[in-house]
Amino acid sequence: MRPILMKGHERPLTFLRYNREGDLLFSCAKDHTPNVWFADNGERLGTYRGHNGAVWCCDVSRDSMRLITASADQTVKLWNVQDGVQLYSFNFDSPAKSVDFSVGDKLVVVTTDPFMGLPSTIQVKRIARDPNEQTTESVLTIKGPVGRINRAVWGPLNKTIISAGEDTVIRVWDTETGKLLKEADKEIGHQKTITSLSKSADGSHFLTGSSDKSAKLWDARTLTLLKTYVTERPVNACAISPLLDHVVIGGGQEAVHVTTTDRRAGKFEAKFFHKNLQEEIGGVKGHFGPINALAFNPDGRSFSSGGEDGYVRLHHFDPDYFSIRM
Amino acid sequence: MAVSMGKLRWGELEDDAEDLDFLLPPRVVIGPDENGVKKVIEYRFDDAGNKVRVTTTTRVRKLTRARLSKRALERRSWPKFGDAAHEDVGARLTMVSTEEILLERPRAPGSKADEPKAAGDPFAAMGKAGAVLMVCRTCGKKGDHWTSKCPYKDLAPPTDTFLDKPPGAEAAASPAGPGKNTYVPPSMRAGAENRGTEMRRRNDENSVRVTNLSEDTREPDLLELFRTFGPVTRVYVAVDQKTGASRGFGFVNFVNRDDAEKAINKLNGYGYDNLILRVEWATPRPN
Repeated sequence: MRPILMKGHERPLTFLRYNREGDLLFSCAKDHTPNVWFADNGERLGTYRGHNGAVWCCDVSRDSMRLITASADQTVKLWNVQDGVQLYSFNFDSPAKSVDFSVGDKLVVVTTDPFMGLPSTIQVKRIARDPNEQTTESVLTIKGPVGRINRAVWGPLNKTIISAGEDTVIRVWDTETGKLLKEADKEIGHQKTITSLSKSADGSHFLTGSSDKSAKLWDARTLTLLKTYVTERPVNACAISPLLDHVVIGGGQEAVHVTTTDRRAGKFEAKFFHKNLQEEIGGVKGHFGPINALAFNPDGRSFSSGGEDGYVRLHHFDPDYFSIRM
Repeated sequence: MAVSMGKLRWGELEDDAEDLDFLLPPRVVIGPDENGVKKVIEYRFDDAGNKVRVTTTTRVRKLTRARLSKRALERRSWPKFGDAAHEDVGARLTMVSTEEILLERPRAPGSKADEPKAAGDPFAAMGKAGAVLMVCRTCGKKGDHWTSKCPYKDLAPPTDTFLDKPPGAEAAASPAGPGKNTYVPPSMRAGAENRGTEMRRRNDENSVRVTNLSEDTREPDLLELFRTFGPVTRVYVAVDQKTGASRGFGFVNFVNRDDAEKAINKLNGYGYDNLILRVEWATPRPN
């Protein structure tokens, strides 16, 4: 493959997201400006100026008209995708970590970090069709988990919210009442903070990546642990292929090993695993720093990775990727 | 950049070419071949007035086909906004990588791994590679650990003979025990990766035995013969001390197992100095 290198960010990447149709790629980084790129040739379309802090996460509506971003400046902003105009800003009392549009794009679930004595929360906001009618009040607020909640996503049919974070336990909450429905089994779950969570294309299962150097695949309704993928590095990002039975995991390097391993340029890799067999298929090298973001194009024919080095690498798979046999 | 010359008679060209130095050979285009590679060879004069040949090799390659829906097509024609609004075409934000990146399949255990991926206990990897070679004197258990790493250290009476010998590379991790206040360099601590000693173990696995050598064959001869297959770390020829003649056999250690295999395949049965060589794996058929 000849990856396309996109250097739109001066600081490490935090999140990557494709739109529903797979022609736009949104990148968030610790510099305060999310970028949007064309997903075929990596050409930059625009940037969203307005945040005052690192942008941790973003989501785009199904019609690719609205972009929502969560930032460390304690706001979640709603943007018009086409021209970069900020439509609305939700203010919070602490840095916002994660956002996810519901099916239908009428609601967003936002997580906020613990800050200055305030606990971390999961909040649901309603998104109005017309930005002028936008209100700021939360439909639902959930407090409970200790420590940062790194990701919260909608469960199947918006009936539940799935959250995962620093306390290593994945929780399922009821959307109507805000009650805790299920918790992942502590024994078989992750042993260290969960850094990333990614849903499958149909939402029936999801993948979590953790600093305990493993990624685990869970059923979204019953929270059963389905598969575990073991790597040698703490996992920062993970994604499930929408086309084949593959998952990709990207991570960093333990600080302890920084001096004893050779400093080979470009050796941070995104590892591909077979989703069912749990075996490693291979790795794609190239990043000069730990990989912080991974995303598959919805058509499954390309993927992109964002690293600590500030680069987004867009890979279009070679024809022989599709005929890999294990 | 062909200089137009008008009609030039071939007879003039045959003369001393110094007069015609101002002329440049014509531009040559070697059209796209089956790989899509196009070569353009041009000649020009550089600043010093020297004739310079410039070869440009280009390859046009289709990365992917963009299948865009109608909406996506519309989005393609959106004007740039934000910081991208004033971007000129020459802005080098987006570049295709010059390197070809492959999805590298993991190597099967036992073949050469160039990265120090000894996750977990480095001795476990060593144990696998040279299992038959590790014998512990204390407990007599083979293949698990060396004497100094013996878990049953207290069982056997301490042997004085080893006190003067500093712990060799094989017992490198033992000084890292708690309560020891000697300095242990990072490469020798427990859990250190990239052990140099692994080199030696693996090399013995890549050892090739050569038999039916002629009596004047020596190490340099074997080295010459085997180096074509790959880097060789060690050659040895058994020599009878009394007569000085070769005892007819020797060993060659390769860096790479694949090279050792190639050497075996190619040289077994090879005629060398009027004898037919026998080339095989030195240890009983590793894996």
